[in-house]
Amino acid sequence: MHFSPFDLYRTSEGLVHGLDPRIKLALTLAFILSVSLTPVGAWPVYVLLLAVVLSAAVASELGLAFVMRRAAVALPFVLAALPVMFTVKGEALASVQVGAWTITLTQPGLERFVTVALKSWLSVQMAILLTATTSLPDLLMAMRSLGLPRLLVAVLGLMWRYLAVLVDEALRMMRARDSRSGTTGGGGGGSLLWRARVTGSMAGTLFLRGFERSERIYNAMLARGYDGSIRSFRLSPLSWTERLVVLVAFILLMALVLLGYILG
Amino acid sequence: MGPSCLAIEIEDLDYSYPDGHVALRGISLCVGPGERIAIVGPNGAGKSTLMLHLNGILRGDGHVRVGDFDVSEDNLRKVRAVVGIVFQHPDDQLFSPTVFEDVAFGPIYMGLPEDEVRQRVISSLRQMGVEAYADRVSHHLSLGEKKRIAIATVLAMDPQVLVLDEPSAGLDPRSRRTLIQLLDQLDPTMLISSHDLRMVKELCPRTVILDEGEVVADGPTSDLLNDEALLDAHGLELV
Repeated sequence: MHFSPFDLYRTSEGLVHGLDPRIKLALTLAFILSVSLTPVGAWPVYVLLLAVVLSAAVASELGLAFVMRRAAVALPFVLAALPVMFTVKGEALASVQVGAWTITLTQPGLERFVTVALKSWLSVQMAILLTATTSLPDLLMAMRSLGLPRLLVAVLGLMWRYLAVLVDEALRMMRARDSRSGTTGGGGGGSLLWRARVTGSMAGTLFLRGFERSERIYNAMLARGYDGSIRSFRLSPLSWTERLVVLVAFILLMALVLLGYILG
Repeated sequence: MGPSCLAIEIEDLDYSYPDGHVALRGISLCVGPGERIAIVGPNGAGKSTLMLHLNGILRGDGHVRVGDFDVSEDNLRKVRAVVGIVFQHPDDQLFSPTVFEDVAFGPIYMGLPEDEVRQRVISSLRQMGVEAYADRVSHHLSLGEKKRIAIATVLAMDPQVLVLDEPSAGLDPRSRRTLIQLLDQLDPTMLISSHDLRMVKELCPRTVILDEGEVVADGPTSDLLNDEALLDAHGLELV
């Protein structure tokens, strides 16, 4: 059994899949930047930005439901923004007395919270589209071409490659533990402390195995001439049409952000 | 006719691990070009340690020469282009995001031009019968496929000496058979460490038995593997 924690990629023949990964990465980053630059409470612009995400989702042929469902992973993080509802000063909407404290929900506070929630939802949807339509090796190539340091790209690549291997190993260990956790009736299972100790030593074993593996990988790299520098193929330059597409998209996004300031 | 030492020459090699454990004692070995040698012996006999000396990842006391180069600090890069090591676990050898990048790794570090790298990647994958997997992620492949790709990563460097650590371990009979046939077609000098004595019999005319860090026998495979007393004394068995 294989498990790939980062297998977000979906094969499909959609329009977005065929796009050069560098364009997709650049546009996604530009989109997320535009979303975060849009001022608080510029609701019409959010609708337009949502339209952009949804059109991309439709063009990718992944289905709107798929993208929205996956975007739900962002919801717990929105909770971190919850306190702004009560900390921003302004017109009070409601207040609650908790012991010696008075907690007041304000109009601008609520506005800011909804903005944060919407913005993160929009950004996550776009990021999910990117990872679902671009395979990780392509994504790494795009990062390199956009100027991310090669070492960092190499580390990300190794992490992606071996996270899957490590998770497989952990699953095997857990299966081995479970198959020896029989009981002859009655309770069994040991005390909580004992079980915690077993889990702890499993984690330790996993760490040690990972450590030994890293040594073996390094040997394998050395054996093929690795000398500490990261080398890879040169990338073919983008065509002029592709550059034009990126430029037009950037201008549109900037226009959206400006619209936000004009309306706000 | 004594063995020629043109491909590999090891003289009086000793090695102890940093914790004091002695792994190799006075190993001497001569390998001629194009020879195929099996290194057999029980677990912990020093087989893998010996292999890591052939490209200078480990360096003990004694003299090791591979092809035209002494294994020394100054020659490391050249030595590593001459000797290709295929490690036992393909997951350690295949560390790149895609199969193509893995096979291209060695040639890129040899400083070859990109066109030649591409051409070598394709031809070595084809040689191992796995060219269809070039764009795949190695995590999803079977062990047999991964082993063949691991060999391709080394073949792409066009080594004079091919060192294989337990190439058939863990393979099902069909994958094992395919692998043996593929290895049999290769030209480089080969050093195969294995417990699979039947494979050794098929592939290697000469066998070296290693036990407790020492060479205890070195001769024609057919002689050594028929000497039951010898095999028994060193924990080996021709199944």
